[in-house]
Amino acid sequence: MSNVLIVGELKNGELKKISKEITSAGRKIADALGGKVTALLIGSGVEKFAGDLGAVGADSVVTVNAGDFNAETWANLVAGVIKEKNPSVVLVPHTSQGKDYSPRVAVKVGAGIIADAVGLSVDGGKVVAKKPIYSGKAYGNFKVTSPIAIFTVRPNSQEVVQKAGAGAAEAASPSAGDAKVKIVSSDLSGGNKVQLAEASIIVSGGRGIKGPENWPILQGLADILGAALGASRAAVDAGWISHSHQVGQTGKTVSPNCYIACGISGAIQHLAGMGSSKYIVAINKDGDAPIFKVATYGVVGDLFEVVPALTDEFKKVLG
Amino acid sequence: MKIIVLVKQVPDTETNIKVGDKSINEAGIKWIISPYDEFAIEEGLRLREKNGGEVIAVSLGPDRVQESLRQAYAMGADRAVQIKVDNYVPFDTVLTAELIANFAKAENADIIIGGRQSIDSDSSQVVIQVAEGLGIAHISFAVSLEISGTSVKATKEVEGGTQVVETSLPVAITAQKGLNEPRYPNLKGLMAAKKKPIETKTPADLGNPASKIEVVGLEPPPPRIPGRKLEAADAKGYAEQLVKALREEAKVI
Ligand SMILES: Cc1cc2nc3c(=O)[nH]c(=O)nc-3n(C[C@H](O)[C@H](O)[C@H](O)COP(=O)(O)OP(=O)(O)OC[C@H]3O[C@@H](n4cnc5c(N)ncnc54)[C@H](O)[C@@H]3O)c2cc1C
Repeated sequence: MSNVLIVGELKNGELKKISKEITSAGRKIADALGGKVTALLIGSGVEKFAGDLGAVGADSVVTVNAGDFNAETWANLVAGVIKEKNPSVVLVPHTSQGKDYSPRVAVKVGAGIIADAVGLSVDGGKVVAKKPIYSGKAYGNFKVTSPIAIFTVRPNSQEVVQKAGAGAAEAASPSAGDAKVKIVSSDLSGGNKVQLAEASIIVSGGRGIKGPENWPILQGLADILGAALGASRAAVDAGWISHSHQVGQTGKTVSPNCYIACGISGAIQHLAGMGSSKYIVAINKDGDAPIFKVATYGVVGDLFEVVPALTDEFKKVLG
Repeated sequence: MKIIVLVKQVPDTETNIKVGDKSINEAGIKWIISPYDEFAIEEGLRLREKNGGEVIAVSLGPDRVQESLRQAYAMGADRAVQIKVDNYVPFDTVLTAELIANFAKAENADIIIGGRQSIDSDSSQVVIQVAEGLGIAHISFAVSLEISGTSVKATKEVEGGTQVVETSLPVAITAQKGLNEPRYPNLKGLMAAKKKPIETKTPADLGNPASKIEVVGLEPPPPRIPGRKLEAADAKGYAEQLVKALREEAKVI
């Protein structure tokens, strides 16, 4: 029997989409291996999401009551549940939080780990994880040979499939232990915006937007699409927007369903961060810009005309 | 203060990658220090300049990694250590971390700094696994760091913003862009670095940990959905076509 444990994630008390994505992925693995899917949710009042995860394939949902996120205590809680439930496969979101606690969990339970998986399949009773490597210039397939295998899974890489599991909630209270790192203060002023790394649509601007006063042009499009705002390094280095918006090798890696690049040339370091986007729209004055090599839909034109027209057109159809 | 900085050697971003069966074809590859590890080296040097002590640059891999260690010497590292692993699988984070943790334990290091991720594997695992292996604190995605005596204060990037955190030594740190501006090695440093000794350790010296990863195979990236340039008379025409394509063809909006 090979059971699967998925570790869900919340934001502002709401279930994140990645939690459903990995529950569905876990269901597929469990069906192939003949096991059960347990979802773990940590936080306060998390029982109310048991049904949501049940509907996408969780047989049971373990809830652990806890306060704010801290990587060390979260690692103890997750490792505690792993030791109790003894799954052979554990799926964790490849998010800021997941990256912060998953390494500690792997060592605590003696598991091998493959991070940033975008594909999960089963071969010979083992999960094969596919991940982009060398800035997306190759893909690797890996198995974990230890009894417990952990995979962190890239947001937007797994389909959410409605498939009823029982979703029965049960509370657990593993030891959180003490954290050696204390959080003194938090500035989460960007917190309610759509998160770049997990966004399914991104509107991104580069040097072609000419100056910080022009972000509202892109933000208008982003708002109507419920998209996150991204930027090239040139725009960040010019001081037009904070580094947290930067996409690329020295910024965030993103894999949205749709990436709209406005006034971005498509340098290799930028492609390293967004090249795995499913659909890419490029709006650029220069028809020879390298971004057109990866674009699904290319518009050779002036972004100051095309973007507002696009916003108007979406307003018409999306209300 | 004993500071270990982790230096991973990776293919230059602009290098073409040719996929072999279980690893890439290394012929013709230009190797560089993973960019985030340059922030780690710089931070280590700054901490030493302020607090005294020594900076030990550690790299894991075959002999070619000595070139990266010489660069760390040229920037100002005091010692350089190669953990000599000839069949190095750059995605085997648990094995890498166990070797480094065992080295750090023997050295009784106070601080371990590495990049927030290496650009060949994007795993964001090794440094924090080293912290867990040593049973010490970690601060990931650090954008500022102050150490005085044994107290550590840092600002780290988190989802939606930043946090100020505190802990005490020993600590492991992952460097995010913004932490500092790495210095360039100067010519004198580069010349001197050529003559400096590189210590080597073998896995046998460091507990001989076992790998928990099997490489099934490498493949080229999946083909992209074929693209096309749209044709229209004006901005409105482009907008109409794009909306139609994204809603009816791609079905992503
Ligand atoms: C170590 C290293 C790491 C790096 N990391 C990153 C990274 O993480 N992310 C990143 O993005 N870059 C990164 N870079 C930088 C990268 O090489 C490019 O310099 C950068 O991506 C260029 O940004 P850009 O496309 O906005 O600017 P440019 O290359 O200047 O392109 C601007 C584009 O805008 C177009 N344009 C101008 N006006 C208009 C208009 N009115 N309408 C439409 N189009 C217009 C132009 O035709 C041009 O194609 C890195 C570089 C190095 C060396």
